[in-house]
Amino acid sequence: MELLLQQLFNGLTLGSVYILVAIGLTLVFGILHVPNFAHGALYLIGGYLTLMAMKGLGVHYFVAIIISMISVALIAILMERLVFNPLRNAPAIHDKIAAIGMVLFFDALVSLIWGNDYQRMITPYGDSVTIFGIATSYQRILVIVVAVVVVILLQLFLKKTMIGASIIAMAQNREGAFLVGINANAVAMMTFAISGALAAIAASISSPINLVFPAMGHIVILKAFVVVIIGGMGSVPGAIIGGLILGITESLGATYISNDYKDMIAFLLLIIIMTVRPKGLFAKGVY
Amino acid sequence: MSKVLNKRNGIIAVLILSLLFPLAFSDNKYVLYIMTLAFIYIIAIYGMNILAGYTGQLSLAHAGFFAIGAYSVGVLTTKAGLNFWLALLLAVLITMGIGFALGIIALRTKEHFFAIYTLIAGYLIYLLIYKWEGLTGGVRGLIGIPIPNAIGPIKFESPIAMYYLVLLFLLLSIFVTVRIVYSLTGRTYNAIRNSEELAQTLGINTKINKLVSFVISVSFAGLAGGLYASLVRFIGPEIAGTTMVFTFLMYLIVGGIGTLAGPIIGTLLFIWLEQYLQSFQEHKMLIFGPILTLIVIFYPRGIVGAIQSLMGYFRTRKKESSKSYKTNSESTDMKSREV
Repeated sequence: MELLLQQLFNGLTLGSVYILVAIGLTLVFGILHVPNFAHGALYLIGGYLTLMAMKGLGVHYFVAIIISMISVALIAILMERLVFNPLRNAPAIHDKIAAIGMVLFFDALVSLIWGNDYQRMITPYGDSVTIFGIATSYQRILVIVVAVVVVILLQLFLKKTMIGASIIAMAQNREGAFLVGINANAVAMMTFAISGALAAIAASISSPINLVFPAMGHIVILKAFVVVIIGGMGSVPGAIIGGLILGITESLGATYISNDYKDMIAFLLLIIIMTVRPKGLFAKGVY
Repeated sequence: MSKVLNKRNGIIAVLILSLLFPLAFSDNKYVLYIMTLAFIYIIAIYGMNILAGYTGQLSLAHAGFFAIGAYSVGVLTTKAGLNFWLALLLAVLITMGIGFALGIIALRTKEHFFAIYTLIAGYLIYLLIYKWEGLTGGVRGLIGIPIPNAIGPIKFESPIAMYYLVLLFLLLSIFVTVRIVYSLTGRTYNAIRNSEELAQTLGINTKINKLVSFVISVSFAGLAGGLYASLVRFIGPEIAGTTMVFTFLMYLIVGGIGTLAGPIIGTLLFIWLEQYLQSFQEHKMLIFGPILTLIVIFYPRGIVGAIQSLMGYFRTRKKESSKSYKTNSESTDMKSREV
């Protein structure tokens, strides 16, 4: 029983990170109908910027996260302006290829600037702690707390503010949004900025557990795709449910099936789901 | 002048060049080896071109199938002790079989979902190869894959012999591609690429056509993988990785997706660029990545597409200046043939 609880908790930590990455991906998909293959690159840069801000500037962990969020949001806006905006009327295959070009570029850039070594991110929350018989660390608790707070703030933003409402409106009906005078460019830039900032937070809170290295974006983006497809492309609640399903499945699978094959579980899950439901579990059938 | 420089003579010239190439570099094994490797990649990329360029379905599992071909040859020759030729044939058949099974499921998804599905299927193939140590040697890979067995008096010990062998397969692949592209099947694929709904309205069974295109595409990858295994003689799981498929895609896009000469031009350009940038090897993507992005934005049909539209432009200008009443229907017809 204790082992099960322990694994559920670990799954929750894993899932929290997946949720933050996947929400960014799903928001962008909702607006532009583009799966942003370069989202993993934003995650990668986010992790490194936090680490470098802490090491180079010597600022506190939370300050470093904020610096990283702002920088990655700006990079994401640039990405939208320079790459996705010119391609908005191109055939569906093009934006994916352009995104792959950016992935290759950012991977090379990171390894050029910061090297290929695995680096540890040491935070003030590394101590371990035992709650209700579950051995964990403050960092893992922090991951869950941050994810919950961010998701609640994001929901408030999307539901209660005008800018948030315009993002939802454009995701629901593009032409309708234009008719009521929503500025498509502003919404697209805003969405990319949010998506980048979320990727930066996710990387910053998971890096103290998982190390920082140039390939860290690859596997995360693949798993975020799994989450988004489970939850239905473009749906924020779907991404939350999908993230939890994936995190917990992986964590339980690693314990009860095989630790070696734990990455495979996620992808097999997706293959099975897409085999049965080609558009994902909770797809609304809009796209 | 223009009579000498027509397409047929161009093709003959390239063919003669490729046949004479080993004679010029007969003492430089390295150059021959790089060229042979490039030809193998071109075969795989032709497969990618049939599916992504002509049928419009971007499969990111292509490197996975390349690896399946390579590992089939590797396992069948080193572990089962089969003759190379039999192993190569089986490798292509195995790749096609797996491609058929995956294609049935994967092609139920469309556009973005298809790209994501195949990306993840490709990664799964990589993970399987990486983890299945008993069969594939895991991260250490397979070592000591034999060179092709001699056919009568023809032996394949020298790099020149390997070069001609691979060239033969390359010409065969090009021949098959040309036959497909100019056939009714090719036109059908184009119709699917341009609009799947419209193709269905015309009575085309898009499901079967996409599946056949997918299987043809992976068979090229399997063949290329099998040849790769016996040329390099060592294979590791990284040949199934995402970097590999992104590299293939880069060669195809920069050369010209949906064009017949694109795979050749893109691959040769990059392979030789990489040789000159060897000191820069680790950071080459710093330049290549943005090139890929820029090409897709500004020249979506790559170098070949850009040259074609340039030639079309001059042709129409020439006609206008000679005040011919012939409209530019001829040049648009050339373009629609996607040469």
